[in-house]
Amino acid sequence: MALLEVNDLKTYFRTDDGVVRAVDGVSFTVDKGQTLGIVGESGSGKSVTCLTIMGLNPKRTAMSSGTALWKGEDLLTASPKRLREIRGNEIAMIFQDPMTSLNPVQKIGEQLGEAMRLHEDVSKRGARKRSVELLQAVGIPRAERRIDDYPHQFSGGMRQRVMIAMALINNPDLLVADEPTTALDVTTQAQILSLIEKLQEEFGSAVIMITHDLGVVAEIADEVVVMYAAEVAEKGAVEQIFKKPHHPYTWGLMGSLPRLDADVERLVQIQGQPPSMLRPPTGCRFHPRCPYVMPICKEVDPELAPVSTDPGHLQSCHLDEETKNREAAKLLAGMMAEAS
Amino acid sequence: MFRYLVRRLIWAFVLFIAVTIVTYVIFYAIPADPARLACGQRATAECIKRASHYLGTDRPLYVQYGKFFGRLMPVAGIVEGNPHLKTPSLGRSFTNRLSVNYVVLNAAPVTASLVFGGAIFWMMIALPVGILSALRPRSLLDRIAMVFVLVGISAHPVWIGLLFAYFFGFKAGIFPITGYCDFVNPSGDCGGPVQWAYHLILPWTTFAILFAALYVRMIRANVMETLGEDYVRTARAKGAPEWLVLRSHVLRNALLPVVTMLGMDIGIALGGAIFTESVYGLPGLGKTAIQAIENFDLPVTQGVVVFATLCIITFNLLVDLLYAWIDPRIRLT
Repeated sequence: MALLEVNDLKTYFRTDDGVVRAVDGVSFTVDKGQTLGIVGESGSGKSVTCLTIMGLNPKRTAMSSGTALWKGEDLLTASPKRLREIRGNEIAMIFQDPMTSLNPVQKIGEQLGEAMRLHEDVSKRGARKRSVELLQAVGIPRAERRIDDYPHQFSGGMRQRVMIAMALINNPDLLVADEPTTALDVTTQAQILSLIEKLQEEFGSAVIMITHDLGVVAEIADEVVVMYAAEVAEKGAVEQIFKKPHHPYTWGLMGSLPRLDADVERLVQIQGQPPSMLRPPTGCRFHPRCPYVMPICKEVDPELAPVSTDPGHLQSCHLDEETKNREAAKLLAGMMAEAS
Repeated sequence: MFRYLVRRLIWAFVLFIAVTIVTYVIFYAIPADPARLACGQRATAECIKRASHYLGTDRPLYVQYGKFFGRLMPVAGIVEGNPHLKTPSLGRSFTNRLSVNYVVLNAAPVTASLVFGGAIFWMMIALPVGILSALRPRSLLDRIAMVFVLVGISAHPVWIGLLFAYFFGFKAGIFPITGYCDFVNPSGDCGGPVQWAYHLILPWTTFAILFAALYVRMIRANVMETLGEDYVRTARAKGAPEWLVLRSHVLRNALLPVVTMLGMDIGIALGGAIFTESVYGLPGLGKTAIQAIENFDLPVTQGVVVFATLCIITFNLLVDLLYAWIDPRIRLT
């Protein structure tokens, strides 16, 4: 049985302007110890997908349907009490902006200790000891002193390390990382990523890595979900996605990947803006921006279907496979040529 | 920390001098002569001359201010080469020759009773109502609270005071309409904590309504804003129950600015809650100041101004020190 099995997950928000379809039928699974990368532009529904699984959407405005089976138990219908038991204990989460994600008026030791004592009957001293261990594990120097500091006394990268320590303090089975490196500078980004990888091996947690950065995914993911406009555009193992991308949107993402090893004249960008999810486009949601658009794309929303040669690789595009293979090969050849 | 205090105290001193000079200048600009008033309706030129010499108003303005300032300093005899400590004095009233120290110190406890009691009243209303409306925006409670806020901010305290006095005091006869009873050592015919509180219930309520309305709105806005903070989401993601999220993550942060506002408002109000004191005939600083202004009694007016300035300066300093203590991000340098 998969650790987490998400089926046809939908999350709609009621707003004054109408219903926003933030997540519209997303399915994926995460196995024990595996890393899933969810990629997409801002507003594609990556974060909301995970907040829905965690039960952290605002209750007053959010409506969800579908299932999210955690070890067989549906998180969408679980009681608030049960969700609280799971959150922070079995599933932990780290967020995008470490500058604002820690309580500014509490010492980090208190915040780490709270995370532990919410789920385990330990003494304050025991929690403190474990907190120091975790801070050392995430590479905070002089942890036994720094535990009594306040968040503002740490840099952004150090705060994200504190967040990671706090997430791992209860040995979670799944770590959800919502763009953990976006707010950090490039060198710190690399450190945080390798830290997450290292700790994942140590703690044996599965990881969902939400990002808009294909480079991050290539580096640490086993499986990839590419999201566009609240739907899954393409899904498969990381090699499949990078060697044989089957969706024009994925091609666009790859084309816009900055490369250090090649002189690129200019970055290819995907034309246009992501659609408003108040009134998503008819048919395929990518069609207004797609360079390969056909009449059928404006009418019929393509099914997420397996690639004929590879049943584990799913994609939703009306283009015939011959064209796709040709275009993907062209894109990769182009990237290789630039690289060499 | 020490340097910060010294700097603050120097600024307080400058502010104090500025405020008292302005009061003197304003009085000088008023076309009324306290000496003429002292001599009554059929004042002779000789009487006015004698009176103004007696009151000191025949001297130039800067001499008058200098004398006032000298009396206020706790040290005397520096020029004569014989420095010694003395009690600072605010001078004597133009109208009844009472010591202004005595007048102010008699009125201050009345205003303090009104202000501190009122502050407790308005916080007792504003905290629960503000927090609950923030937790349930657009609910019935929230809408009722917002109507209360609108009324509370728009309605003038004098009007509210008169309504209360008429309905609860005159018609229903539950509360006294006017008067003040000392908390201890009664000087009049009533006294003691019970009578003191009984006579202050209507003034407290009247005084508290405006502030309660302002604070409900402020607390509601702060709590709503804090509820949307990332660290609140972090706390929920840790599995913290809602009450714990509210207590140790939301309220700690949302109420920090409220502490500042409370300290400043109390400091300002201690200078005299003029409207409430006037409506209920409370012999506090506000009423004293109004009477003094009507009689062109500069020393008493100046006395109230000095006291109010000291209160505001002290409370602002206290608030800043308190803030540095409760908010770890702030260091006083």
